[in-house]
Amino acid sequence: MNALKKLFGGNTRQFGMIFALVALIIFFQIATDGRTLTPGNVINLFNGNSYILILAIGMVLVIIAGHIDLSVGSVAAFVGVCVALFIRDWGIPWYLGILMGLGLGVLIGAWQGFWVAYVGIPAFIVTLSGMLIFRGANQYVGKSNTIPVPTDFQKIGSGYLPEVGPNIGYNNLTLLLGLLGVGFVIFSEIRSRRNAKALGAEVPEAWVSITKLVLICGAILYATYLFATGRPGTSFPVPGLILAALVIIYGFVSSKTVIGRHIYAVGGNRHAAELSGVQSKKVNFLVMMNMSLLAGLAGMIFVGRSTASGPFDGVGWELDAIAAVFIGGAAVTGGVGTVIGSIVGGLVMAVLNNGLQLLGVGADLTQIIKGLVLLIAVAFDVYNKSQGKKSIIGLMFKNFGRSSELKADETTSTKEVIREGA
Amino acid sequence: MTSLNTHSDPIILEMRSITKEFPGVKALSEVNLRVKAGEIHAICGENGAGKSTLMKVLSGVYPYGSYDGDIVYQAEVQQFKDIRASEHAGIVIIHQELALIPELSIMENIFLGNEPTKRGVINWAEARTRSTELLARVGLREDPETPIKEIGVGKQQLVEIAKALNKSVKLLILDEPTAALNESDSQHLLDLMLGLKGRGITSIIISHKLNEIEQIADSITIIRDGKSIETLDVKADGVDEDRIIKGMVGRTLESRFPDHEPKIGEVFFEVKNWNVGHPQVQDRMVCKNSNFFVRRGEIVGFAGLMGAGRTELARSVFGRSYGRFLSGQIHMDGKDVELKSVKQAIDAGLGYVTEDRKSLGLNLLDDIKATTVSANLKKVSNHNVIDANKVFTVAEQYRKSLRTKAPSVEEGVAKLSGGNQQKVVLAKWMFTDPELLILDEPTRGIDVGAKYEIYGIIQQLANQGKGVIVISSELPELLGLSDRIYTIFEGAITGVLNKDEASQETLMKLMTSARKSA
Repeated sequence: MNALKKLFGGNTRQFGMIFALVALIIFFQIATDGRTLTPGNVINLFNGNSYILILAIGMVLVIIAGHIDLSVGSVAAFVGVCVALFIRDWGIPWYLGILMGLGLGVLIGAWQGFWVAYVGIPAFIVTLSGMLIFRGANQYVGKSNTIPVPTDFQKIGSGYLPEVGPNIGYNNLTLLLGLLGVGFVIFSEIRSRRNAKALGAEVPEAWVSITKLVLICGAILYATYLFATGRPGTSFPVPGLILAALVIIYGFVSSKTVIGRHIYAVGGNRHAAELSGVQSKKVNFLVMMNMSLLAGLAGMIFVGRSTASGPFDGVGWELDAIAAVFIGGAAVTGGVGTVIGSIVGGLVMAVLNNGLQLLGVGADLTQIIKGLVLLIAVAFDVYNKSQGKKSIIGLMFKNFGRSSELKADETTSTKEVIREGA
Repeated sequence: MTSLNTHSDPIILEMRSITKEFPGVKALSEVNLRVKAGEIHAICGENGAGKSTLMKVLSGVYPYGSYDGDIVYQAEVQQFKDIRASEHAGIVIIHQELALIPELSIMENIFLGNEPTKRGVINWAEARTRSTELLARVGLREDPETPIKEIGVGKQQLVEIAKALNKSVKLLILDEPTAALNESDSQHLLDLMLGLKGRGITSIIISHKLNEIEQIADSITIIRDGKSIETLDVKADGVDEDRIIKGMVGRTLESRFPDHEPKIGEVFFEVKNWNVGHPQVQDRMVCKNSNFFVRRGEIVGFAGLMGAGRTELARSVFGRSYGRFLSGQIHMDGKDVELKSVKQAIDAGLGYVTEDRKSLGLNLLDDIKATTVSANLKKVSNHNVIDANKVFTVAEQYRKSLRTKAPSVEEGVAKLSGGNQQKVVLAKWMFTDPELLILDEPTRGIDVGAKYEIYGIIQQLANQGKGVIVISSELPELLGLSDRIYTIFEGAITGVLNKDEASQETLMKLMTSARKSA
């Protein structure tokens, strides 16, 4: 157990989820007689879930900051229909359509961010309203019809890396991508060890690093093999490529940049953040805006995949994205969560969905199982936290209707300090 | 200890050698309290002396088993496991912050948790008759249907008492009941307490307003540093305010402070005619025409009772992070500056260490290194990308120089003791390299050893030519640390004393009364 902790870091929840994901894959691989890990199925799984995973990236930031966004499905549908109309009616090229779609996402996000950050309306309400507004807007501008998009545009939802170079039986670009990934993982591990050594911090033992590298690189290479050996014409899908780029960008921004730190700070303790000079309103605004931007992108990818925009695109996506984020280790109270965790959470749900489908389990049972998985994952988290919590007194006070939380502008009296100290 | 009078009033409550420890802090040590039936018994002591803790032990907030010693109430040893148990025995505590629900009516609040029912259905008719009766007893002329939010704090206090009466209270505990009340509401409340006494209800009152205590209390127990010092009989011993103050502050100053030779320079920070309104209440002022200045290398103390407006003043100066700014100027190094946001204040060279570390000062989810750099991310980042190596180096440097006890800078701040948390907060502000650092209760909840170290850090900052403002409820701390001390009472600065003129008595006088000295 200790060795496992060393391998995957101290976050029990996250490595628990990675294990759950691996276990699920192995279970379905056996239960479906090997139909899970076939190139066709894996490609399908990625294509069919990339838009949810993209939403989960935005959603985790929203949830870290202490909010929620219920409007993403409707925003995605509205952006999708608008872009489809722009291309069909105005005859603009597909790439301009994508740019306009992203711009529209930003505008919608600014609208919602304004109400959340500057007017102070809870995001739950603002985005619940957005859910209605943009669903209605989708059906209003699209007249509840399906609007087809040209084949060029469809590539962002269902395209693959092209065949280039000599024919060796594998897709060359996919192989290159896989090798780049392996190289990057090895390079960053070596660099982090070198840094730790230079700073005099604790350097993980060599076997830990090596085992970790072997496992991760093995997984990447196996995935590369699957993607590269699909049925002719298929390879690593374009939505997967977009997703990978977003994971790298947002993973970096959230963990390594000033704005990323500020998001965690606002979600962890807004008052402390403000008294440290963080402009929490700006942070909240940006986080909400970014969410709608990504929702727009997800909507366009979906339209590309399904070749047309429809009036019921994106129904229920918000719940899938939120579930992915919470399964991936984010806290309901904010301040906790990671981009990569949410992707893992989203993949757990996706693999579950896909595996049950392959097994021929009906949609009814699938939903029940997914619901239970969400509940258990979060229950596990809450249980873990309650173990670490010492203050019984705090809990008792809650029972007597005395809130121990401080309001924005209250100062604290001795009582609270003593209570906190207990 | 003065022995109590010989004529034998029955003792309703006796707390025998109560000891209560929190991790790292002994809040109460062998405290004794004897309350006679039918009297008004006052408990006096400085902030943090342990009065509230003692009352929490009594009312079962800290359940039996979490403290040492005995509570003998009505001649029986009691083992309250929660507030419900103590209320059942007739002990009701009314806290400084009222526990009423603003959206519910007076009647609903009185009967909350105690609703008169008939076969499981609330009998509102009975509730109304009874609440009208109760309101009459406390002298409150209001319709029982009025929502709580529509009546003032003074009347809310009366509703709390009505609620207690409804629970057939025998021992009523009031924690700072008049702190938020104006003169006439206070007087009404005190009269009511005397009235309740006439009906045989025993009261314990905790108050900072010594004139009120002198007026209504029969006996006074003084608590200092978690120990019961003495019990005074107000009439027999001829107790007056000065006598109480002497008991409250009577400790001698030991060498609890590092030696320090101040090197005071010229005035560089000045606040003039500073007026700030309460953030929610339209006409209430939290800072009234305040003027003060700080010299380079000077440690300036701010003394005042809880709620006097010290924190409000500090936070309103620190980028207007509290209240509604009305008027006033800030001069820094001879120039007028406008600090409209915390960011501007930090950029101008101000730092503010909050009073309440856990709810305002720290993100408890963060580790030491993230906290250390959190107010100055610019300095550890390149084009907005944070340099993790630099963060580590900086945090490590402060951990060593401030001697923060933690296994590594990757330790979560939630796991640290109060003293070490405070060192991390100090590191965070030292890293912003402030010209003026404001410290609000810098040693609250911190054990003596760590206090000494924190005093050392504060003096070091002053030696570097920075200005330091220390806000503290502990007068000995202010006297030991500051070069000059301002006193605040009800939002106004009531005086300023140099180190050599200041004593606990002179400060306490200025802190408890409106501008007596010109």
